[in-house]
Amino acid sequence: MLKAAIDPRWHGRLALGLLLAPALLWLGALIILPHVDLAVLSLRERVGPRQYVASLAQYKTFFAEPLYWHVFLRTAVISVIATFLTLLLAFPIAWIIAKLARGRAGSLLFIICLIPFWVSETVRTLGWMILLRESGVLPALLVKLGLTAMPVELLYRDATILVGLVYTSLLFMVVPLVSSLESLDNTLIEAAYDLGAGGFATLRSIVIPHAAPGITAGCIVVFMLTLGNYLTPTLLGGKNSQWFTEQIYTQFITRFNWEQGAAFGFLLLALSTALVILGLRLSGQRFGDVMRRT
Amino acid sequence: MSTPDLVADAVVKRFADHVAVDSLSFSVERGSFFSILGPSGCGKTTLLRMIAGFIAPDGGDIAIGGKSMRDVAPNRRPVNMVFQQLALFPMMSVGENVAFGLARRGVPKAERVKRSNAMLERVGLGNAADKRVDELSGGQRQRVAIARSLVLEPTLLLLDEPLGALDLKLREHMKIELKQLQASFGTTFVYITHDQSEALVLSDHVGVMSHGRFEQLGTPQDLYYRPQTPFVAGFVGANNRIVGRTTHTDGALAEIATTDGWVVRALKSGAIAVGDVVEVFVRPEVAILARSAMELPPDQPRHSGEVQSVLFDGANSAVLLQEARTRREFRIALPQTGQFSDLKPQEKVVFSFDPSRAVCFTARAGSAGQDA
Repeated sequence: MLKAAIDPRWHGRLALGLLLAPALLWLGALIILPHVDLAVLSLRERVGPRQYVASLAQYKTFFAEPLYWHVFLRTAVISVIATFLTLLLAFPIAWIIAKLARGRAGSLLFIICLIPFWVSETVRTLGWMILLRESGVLPALLVKLGLTAMPVELLYRDATILVGLVYTSLLFMVVPLVSSLESLDNTLIEAAYDLGAGGFATLRSIVIPHAAPGITAGCIVVFMLTLGNYLTPTLLGGKNSQWFTEQIYTQFITRFNWEQGAAFGFLLLALSTALVILGLRLSGQRFGDVMRRT
Repeated sequence: MSTPDLVADAVVKRFADHVAVDSLSFSVERGSFFSILGPSGCGKTTLLRMIAGFIAPDGGDIAIGGKSMRDVAPNRRPVNMVFQQLALFPMMSVGENVAFGLARRGVPKAERVKRSNAMLERVGLGNAADKRVDELSGGQRQRVAIARSLVLEPTLLLLDEPLGALDLKLREHMKIELKQLQASFGTTFVYITHDQSEALVLSDHVGVMSHGRFEQLGTPQDLYYRPQTPFVAGFVGANNRIVGRTTHTDGALAEIATTDGWVVRALKSGAIAVGDVVEVFVRPEVAILARSAMELPPDQPRHSGEVQSVLFDGANSAVLLQEARTRREFRIALPQTGQFSDLKPQEKVVFSFDPSRAVCFTARAGSAGQDA
């Protein structure tokens, strides 16, 4: 004990341990333990009142019931589309903030992107509903402009869900993109022009390779947020939304079938992991590099 | 004579509060090495960026290879630039960097690889094509940056202080290498720098720039031996500057007295009348140092002084004197004979210089009161 108190190496380790303790506690108590519990839950089957046996029945049900894996795939596809649209929309915004706006204009634009996030997600989504519902602002405007004869219901469509998801995710794409574009040396762009490249060639061969870690980081964050989003698809898509997190909610809360819900949860985790790995493979990025650059 | 590769005709560029390039006209002969020398903020970078096409002139015209470059985008000009920080693409290998411009021109891959490898061979980097840019040393990167531009066979190669980031030893080495490269390729180089030694060593012609204008345009020898303005005399090479009033003129020479009574003689540059305030410039190597007046050439006016400090720098060693009466500083290059190796501070010495090798100019506005 005395030796430990004197030896500076021990001091260092003790300090490191203490500093890491809150993070480790948080990770262990709030993430790993519940997941272990859920994993155990998902691997058992109720055979009688308070009687459970280990089985893969929950996972079998998922594959046997077309509705479940249909919703599962649909959630994945829409999430991928939403991520891609967010990237397309965020890139020019990030470019303007990082490269074109000077000084205060850049910070101002950044704040404009941030301001919607001061309002809770529920309120923001309800705002969209006010705009888009049949008796809402946008359908009324369309009628006034003579584009539609009757007010059109704009809610409860896949496109509406996409709009909501992109809107919710935009900031999480803009932030890593801005930081990766800011680190791009402007003379590289000038050099590319000087060597005969046009705008598209410069974007493809200089800007995108440089920003790749930022793009990948933004896509991973947005994809995970979108896949796990519950509120936006439910409110904007209504009964038609068929989002996988709704299925999980239904199993846990409505059906009180925690075993099935836990299995769905793990399937969603597996899906997001698989797609993130696939994305990293396709873009040739390494997870460590991406996270370091964010 | 063939058409010059670069002709600037009354080129003007204004920024909000000042004129960066002020109605500048000059031309650069095919195959020559032209330098623009000036202190930072003199407008040389602006001029270079206008030639490259990154900024448009407010007035005048720039013609490259006989064609006006008005409204021609940088990627369509027969000009390539070596950037100050080189701007090699870190996301590409050395070979890809060199082949980048060829790819943009639609040269097929096999041909591209062949030509970029041949170019790397010529700059002495034959085996570096697959290396990453950050695996190269400073001097090697320099050569890649030049190879990347020269592989496109531009009419004009622009170099924006490319040696600025290198350490002294490498800079000296790259100077020689650049000159040899230019000679072997025969491409017209336009080089900007604030380092007068780079400009003098490398160039066929140098334009000395200040406040958006050329003070003087000529060969390095012209600038050094026959400066036409006090700015050039002060900026190119080391010089002793003495400000005084003309007391007497005698053909090509003038006699000048400082306010505190030191009298020197120098060659007149331009019209100088008795009573004019002038700046006299005497190069350190023009003055002759001696321990006794007997050793000085008999036909030169003599001055005496006291050694203030000895500035030993090998072949560039000099001694800093104070003129005996006025305590004004005067710098004299030490001869390589070793005759003055035992010179000590506070030692009394005499010196003289050939008045026809010193030059005087009518003082610039506002400089009359300052003493060198």
